[in-house]
Amino acid sequence: MKTKDFEPKIMTFLCNWCSYAGADLAGVSRLQYPTNTRVIRVPCSGRIDPLFILKCLQDGYDGVLISGCHPGDCHYISGNYVARRRFAILKTALEFMGIEPGRVQFSWVSAGEGEKFSQVISKVTEAVKVLGPMRKLVKAANSLVG
Amino acid sequence: MSSVLKLSRSAEEGLRELLKFLLEKKRVKAVFTLCKIKKNGTVSYSLITDADMLKDALPLFPLMPQNAGKLLSRLTLKEHLAEPIAAVVRPCELRAFIELVKREQGSLENFIFISTTCPGTYPLEMSVNGDISKKLPEYEEDVKKGNVISDTRPICKACEHFMPYSADMTVALIGEKDIDKNCEIFLNTEKAEKLIEGMDGELVERELETEEVKNLRSKRQEEKRKLFEEINVEGLGLSGLVETFGRCIGCHGCSRVCPICYCVLCDFDSRDYENEPSTYESELKKRGGVRVPPNTVLYHLGRLTHVSVSCVGCGMCTDVCPADIPLSTIFLKVGEEVQKIFNYIPGKDVEEAIPLNKFEKDEFTEVED
Ligand code: SF4
Ligand code: SF4
Ligand code: FES
Repeated sequence: MKTKDFEPKIMTFLCNWCSYAGADLAGVSRLQYPTNTRVIRVPCSGRIDPLFILKCLQDGYDGVLISGCHPGDCHYISGNYVARRRFAILKTALEFMGIEPGRVQFSWVSAGEGEKFSQVISKVTEAVKVLGPMRKLVKAANSLVG
Repeated sequence: MSSVLKLSRSAEEGLRELLKFLLEKKRVKAVFTLCKIKKNGTVSYSLITDADMLKDALPLFPLMPQNAGKLLSRLTLKEHLAEPIAAVVRPCELRAFIELVKREQGSLENFIFISTTCPGTYPLEMSVNGDISKKLPEYEEDVKKGNVISDTRPICKACEHFMPYSADMTVALIGEKDIDKNCEIFLNTEKAEKLIEGMDGELVERELETEEVKNLRSKRQEEKRKLFEEINVEGLGLSGLVETFGRCIGCHGCSRVCPICYCVLCDFDSRDYENEPSTYESELKKRGGVRVPPNTVLYHLGRLTHVSVSCVGCGMCTDVCPADIPLSTIFLKVGEEVQKIFNYIPGKDVEEAIPLNKFEKDEFTEVED
């Protein structure tokens, strides 16, 4: 598949208190952004286990975006800081696994940042498009090996 | 310099005598140590209160039938110890226990930890036909010389953390020329000094970190490099990992014995990881054939992300794997990479929070958009 025809599927985990509302605002404001994303609303970015991300990549998503409240704004005070640490671990592990770390992205979007939300989605979609389809892990999980 | 209790008997006898003294003088309520299992030539961890039964104790037997850290957690999970127990454990087992305590899976209260400069242990499979007992003379010679010991577990040969970090007492073994005649017990804490008061033996002052210890550390580093190279751990990549983990029979034994995998109900044992019929159908349509059971590779990738911050490199996972997957080599490597970013040595210091329980406000900003 050529990159230009390739429409990636991107899973987005959005914090209920900020980025999810930011996405809403983008919608209400009729901002245009790529339709490659599927949204899962989470109570806090700190709820996301790296396993969720790996599972998405295995199940055929080409990229994953996690978006939470800005530093200092997490409703549970430190959920997003811990999420960032977990994420740093995942990046290290992804590199070891030979999965492009760029497939997994992390951002802060507040409820008032509809504009930023649409930009983040465009940026992530573009980045994942360049990386191409996530065939490796999908195949690894299901094919007969050897 | 530390103060050292010197006993004129072999290291193992001396240690047994110390344990006996502690029990008889009621300084401890019980002793936790490896103990001979009658007749079959192997050992098991045991709790002992009867001083006479200590004659069957083999505190230095070079086998890790389980990671003791996991056992001590089970002993103190519901309630901390009401009375003191002296536990003889290896450095990586003590580190594992401390990692569990940091996760509120046990309590250090009332424990007295006795450890050794650790020469390493033999693979579990060697315990089956009494092979280890035959090896003991050779083992002792190598311990005296401060060698990397042949036929011990690859992970032990490559272990750099063989000096206990937080034991109350440390029995010096590595590079000690006369462990068959002398037992030197380092008293690392005030508690330790109090406990041995009134015991026969000479008190001396010396360093634990000898030339032999330093030499062994560099030999082990070299072994580690070789171990990583052997399976080309850095170059495995996804296809290498899939091939390696592809041998997995899905028994989940590796997580069962891993001290860091402490969840009571593992997500991977749940129905969530069974494919829906529709998934089978669509995959079959695409590929004409699929692996059953599903998710064996994901299980390992998931475990890697969960365990890596705290993996103590104890090697239990490799030891139990029926498919001979070099798990601990892979986990040690990823563990090191992950621990490096937080400058963290698992189980070194109980006061230091695990990296996922703390944060800095302006760190890892490079991972954000
Ligand atoms: S012990 Fe070996 S076979 Fe069993 S789940 Fe772990 S890797 Fe797979
Ligand atoms: S992953 Fe293996 S080596 Fe690491 S702590 Fe668990 S059992 Fe020990
Ligand atoms: S509540 Fe939004 S990241 Fe924690």
